[in-house]
Amino acid sequence: MHLIACPWCGPRDEVEYAYGGEGHIARPARPEALSDGAYADYLFMRRNPKGVHAERWVHAAGCRRWFNVLRDTVSHRILAVYKMGEPRPEAGP
Amino acid sequence: MQYSIFNLIREGINKHKGWPAAFRHPEPKERYDVIIIGGGGHGLATAYYLAKEHGIRNVAVVEKGWLGGGNTGRNTTVVRSNYLWDQSAFLYEKSLKLWEGLTQDLNYNLMFSQRGVLNLCHNLHDLRELHRRINAIRLNDIDSEYLTRDQVKAFVPILNMDPNIRYPILGGSLQRRGGNARHDAVAWGFARAADRLGVDILQNCEVMAILRDGAKVTGIETTRGTIRAPKIGAVVAGHASVVAGMAGIRLPIESHPLQALVSEPIKPILHTVIMSGAVHVYVSQSDKGELVMGAGIDTFNSYAQRGSLQVIEDQMAAVVELFPMFSRLRMMRQWAGIVDVCPDASPIVSKTPVEGFYVNCGWGTGGFKATPGSGWVFAHTIAQDRPHRLNEAFNIERFSTGELIDEHGAAAVAH
Ligand SMILES: Cc1cc2nc3c(=O)[nH]c(=O)nc-3n(C[C@H](O)[C@H](O)[C@H](O)COP(=O)(O)OP(=O)(O)OC[C@H]3O[C@@H](n4cnc5c(N)ncnc54)[C@H](O)[C@@H]3O)c2cc1C
Ligand SMILES: [Zn+2]
Repeated sequence: MHLIACPWCGPRDEVEYAYGGEGHIARPARPEALSDGAYADYLFMRRNPKGVHAERWVHAAGCRRWFNVLRDTVSHRILAVYKMGEPRPEAGP
Repeated sequence: MQYSIFNLIREGINKHKGWPAAFRHPEPKERYDVIIIGGGGHGLATAYYLAKEHGIRNVAVVEKGWLGGGNTGRNTTVVRSNYLWDQSAFLYEKSLKLWEGLTQDLNYNLMFSQRGVLNLCHNLHDLRELHRRINAIRLNDIDSEYLTRDQVKAFVPILNMDPNIRYPILGGSLQRRGGNARHDAVAWGFARAADRLGVDILQNCEVMAILRDGAKVTGIETTRGTIRAPKIGAVVAGHASVVAGMAGIRLPIESHPLQALVSEPIKPILHTVIMSGAVHVYVSQSDKGELVMGAGIDTFNSYAQRGSLQVIEDQMAAVVELFPMFSRLRMMRQWAGIVDVCPDASPIVSKTPVEGFYVNCGWGTGGFKATPGSGWVFAHTIAQDRPHRLNEAFNIERFSTGELIDEHGAAAVAH
């Protein structure tokens, strides 16, 4: 069970949030120009790292806003929380 | 030594001092014809069928921990073949057919029990979908039958048939040939049978890197040294992305915890497997008397082999509504495995763009039932360097071509 600090509401139990998967996947600017392979990469292929993962969460049962989390997928430790549109920080402590 | 009633009696008289080890613990050789990464059921089955069906015996199975310490030893052992689409139906049915003779074939008691798998439905849409499914399955010559509400009640009298609960039971589909098997025995049985055909099983041997010469694989770097082979098959379930990444392959897989739990042992009360997609339950009773139940996946990516409590709470709430009498039971153990979830809920058993590198993954929450079939088609794919008819559609290119095999419905609940 994670304790996640929403940038707007502060630390809340994981049950208040919904998970949004890998972060920083930009929607292609010109989808019609993509090859099938590039489309597959955008839609389906994922880093799925064992270790630090940059991912999206939404405070579904709270302020309902999206944000990014840097989290370790082995220790479940949350290393950073940052807003949508901000660059991925260096992996924290 | 062959396991048989005669040897059992002889060893009984002998105070069981003469049983040999089930398999060897060899030192890694420098070179093999094929290396299988991952000593779960699928990897061991692959090695067994490589040796048995294709005569390739110079094979190593490389396991980072102990045999069956992954999902093979952590699952709730539901076996069935009632899948919707033709491609899946044929693959899972091949597997079920292999299960039916596997104890004899491996000379190892897998405690395979065809006690039936009953899927419940709880609303009108469920019911219609259930009929569609039953018809599709029967068209593929696989057994599946409809049970009315009264037939469900007669089949499993302890179910809560109250029409006024939140999700009342309206009917169900039964696959009588489905059931359970003993998970550890599957790993040990395949290991022993493969070992007897010459396969080296290397435990405590973690793959750290995959060696390549241009577009070809040449071997692996492990915690027990460098091992070379022209062909490498990765069958590592939750670690699929990590190991494929060592060969430079990106996969559409995400790893999630999947939890299960068992109750204290009680007298026989449930003689079949009950599943419900709508309320998310799958439960059966083990031969020891424990109720074995599986929860859903945790939504986040994880390699931690532990999940969150609310997932189990949801699962228990559903179980108790379906079986009010279970509410007094204490749960004894709870654990998680890391499952490799694929976007279309179907596996990838495929060649890759890297020559000599093959992947078998994406079985996610439901690959135990496929263990023999998966090994059988993967052995063929590696030996012949092309897929078998049964796994052709389960290639990695389908994510580019769009020919996905959407089995979210048949996969229904995690099992
Ligand atoms: C709680 C739970 C319940 C389930 N219930 C069911 C069910 O009822 N019915 C069903 O059909 N399926 C079920 N499943 C799914 C099923 O368990 C899996 O799909 C199946 O067992 C996968 O087998 P495998 O041999 O591919 O993987 P595993 O048994 O996980 O084997 C993979 C092996 O690879 C090893 N490995 C990983 N990385 C490396 C490395 N770098 N070097 C060397 N070795 C490595 C691991 O240690 C592991 O032993 C369930 C899963 C879970 C977790
Ligand atoms: Zn908030």
